Amino acid sequence: MKTMMKLFLAGVAFAGLFASAHAEDKPTIEIMSSWTSGGEAAALNVIKTEFEKRGGVWKDSSIAGFGAADAAFQNRIVAGDAPGAKQGVIGLAAADFVNQGLFNPIDDVAGAGKWADVLPKSIHNLISYDGKVYLAPTGAHGESWVFYSKEAFGKAGIAEEPKSWDEFFADFDKLKAAGIVPVAWGGQPWQQTKVFNMILLSQVGIDGFLKIYVDKDKSQASIDGVKKTLEILGKLRGYVDAGAAGRNWNDATAMLITAKAGVQFMGDWAKGEFTVAGKEPGKDYGCMIVPESKGMVYIADSLWFPKTGNAATDKAQKLLAEVVMDPAVQVEFALKKGSVPMRTDVDKSKLDVCAQKGAELMAAGAIVPDQAIVLTPQQVGALDDFVDEYWSGSSNDATSAAENFFAVFE
Amino acid sequence: MPIKRKPNLSATIALLPTWFVAVVVFIGTMGWSIRLSFTNSTLFPSSTYVGFAQYSKLFSSAKWLASLQNVLIFGVLYVAGCLLLGFLLAAALDRKIRFESAFRTIFLYPYAMSFVVTGLIWQWMLNPTLGIQASVGSLGWESFVLDWVVNRDMAIYALVLAGVWQGAGLVMVIALAGMRGIEAEQWKAARIDGIPVWRIYVSIVLPQLGPALAAAGMLLAMGVIKTYDIVVAMTNGGPGNATEVPAKFIMDNLFGRQNLGLATAGATVLVLGVIIAVAPFRYAMHMRDRAKGPA
Repeated sequence: MKTMMKLFLAGVAFAGLFASAHAEDKPTIEIMSSWTSGGEAAALNVIKTEFEKRGGVWKDSSIAGFGAADAAFQNRIVAGDAPGAKQGVIGLAAADFVNQGLFNPIDDVAGAGKWADVLPKSIHNLISYDGKVYLAPTGAHGESWVFYSKEAFGKAGIAEEPKSWDEFFADFDKLKAAGIVPVAWGGQPWQQTKVFNMILLSQVGIDGFLKIYVDKDKSQASIDGVKKTLEILGKLRGYVDAGAAGRNWNDATAMLITAKAGVQFMGDWAKGEFTVAGKEPGKDYGCMIVPESKGMVYIADSLWFPKTGNAATDKAQKLLAEVVMDPAVQVEFALKKGSVPMRTDVDKSKLDVCAQKGAELMAAGAIVPDQAIVLTPQQVGALDDFVDEYWSGSSNDATSAAENFFAVFE
Repeated sequence: MPIKRKPNLSATIALLPTWFVAVVVFIGTMGWSIRLSFTNSTLFPSSTYVGFAQYSKLFSSAKWLASLQNVLIFGVLYVAGCLLLGFLLAAALDRKIRFESAFRTIFLYPYAMSFVVTGLIWQWMLNPTLGIQASVGSLGWESFVLDWVVNRDMAIYALVLAGVWQGAGLVMVIALAGMRGIEAEQWKAARIDGIPVWRIYVSIVLPQLGPALAAAGMLLAMGVIKTYDIVVAMTNGGPGNATEVPAKFIMDNLFGRQNLGLATAGATVLVLGVIIAVAPFRYAMHMRDRAKGPA
């Protein structure tokens, strides 16, 4: 079996050799991404335009759906036919590939561009493995956001943003009384986990959050924090509509756009939907970090560079890494995607009000990583199961659920 | 005993590629999967053996146990529902009605659709804010509730409903073909004896359709094991674990959760399950053939 596999791989490599002999000398790269929605595609196009301007040849292989793109990428890697670049989150998902020696380091580009100085330290640590830089960060998303429809708030007579969870729930009651769905709930496990995390951060603070997810600390303080989080989460069940189960996040955003619902808990990519619908931040809709939260949960995207054994692609990978970290590209990309630039030294004046708030928190270091950054994909799945089971199980026993929480890390 | 025939050399050679494919592709990959299920493979195959650790992890997973239970409920109701409804439809069409071929096309049509399409359609219809409940509510009957897709206790039956809607047409076609094969003489004889029509169907037609219905049931049962797309399209396994199925569990762990070891352990259990379910049946067939003696 093993020799057969080797023969097969050799064959593929040989075929690749022939193909490259015919290709032009221009740095050509195939990019695999799952950025297919309106805002995402526009953002990817920013990178593409600059890359082509600098003499690169761009081949797009976009696949809709994060999981689908990941599965296709895994298959291509196993078949020995890796694409030149892949969009993926920064974090443990890439670690396996790097440890198996499947990715090219981009250390020289990072050194020449002084990435260590312009990126937040935590990000620079996350893109480095064994002291070498492997991933090129594209942008960060804040995930602690509550978006609200100003029209719905107006109808319900809510004058200002709530400062505490108690005020928040009082506002939900007002929305309910006005015949508006208080919370546009996205009923998929990954979305529910994001809400769990943003509440958790508001309850345990930045240090407590890191203790739980990074140190896997099982002290009483951590258990109590999880318990308080589950209590708030359980209370939210009373404010969602009957069609919430399985709902996509963009369908939930649409409920805010049409003022059928009051608020949505979501990452800042939801802004893209508002923009496409012609709504402006601060005017038609508002954005705030969840009440009582001293910081923001973030997730960061990057480009991965698999080894292809093709010199032209290696050259293209380096060019692409340079383009992605270009300050102008970072800002333009963030504007289109609704994200926050990764570089700390960019011109923030162009960003919208929400992104500026996010960039401030980022620069102040008031951020904690999303579970995809600090947990393995298996642990992420177990966490999704845990939150989903609590949410849909209609059990209000937060105490015993909190005790079970730490099984997620096993 | 069957008479021993001389092996035909050219036929054997012609079948060699098929043999090769069967052994290497089917048995080979199956062996590969089983081997992986005893390792700690995560994203990539590893050769560190961990014994039955993946299996004990599998059977301590609430999600996996729920998926086994769900596929059992779904399988039994889906096959039984398709067979019953399909037979009834065939019997109705058999009554020499007008526009028979038009009805036949309509009933068989859902079977030609992909499970993903079926799943989406039924998800919309059963979604309380979009589908039947919303339209009945807007007509004035506001207490009307049809929220199967989002209801933890009913979601699995929503899947059965959609599955039966799709699969009944196949049974109908097979049963109808079988009914057309029944001799007119039998009908005449039964009429002369004054037997009611329903009784003829139950006591005379149904027994003769046995093999045809068994074939249809077998086809449907094989579909049950690999139930995946309809679940993804309709409920994605939710709410909670209410509609999780083994095939989805395996796919999730194979790709999303990068857990090859656990996924292949699940796949192995599934294959074993099929073998255990099919073996007594095969054994019974074998014994029956032997009892019959040489043909």
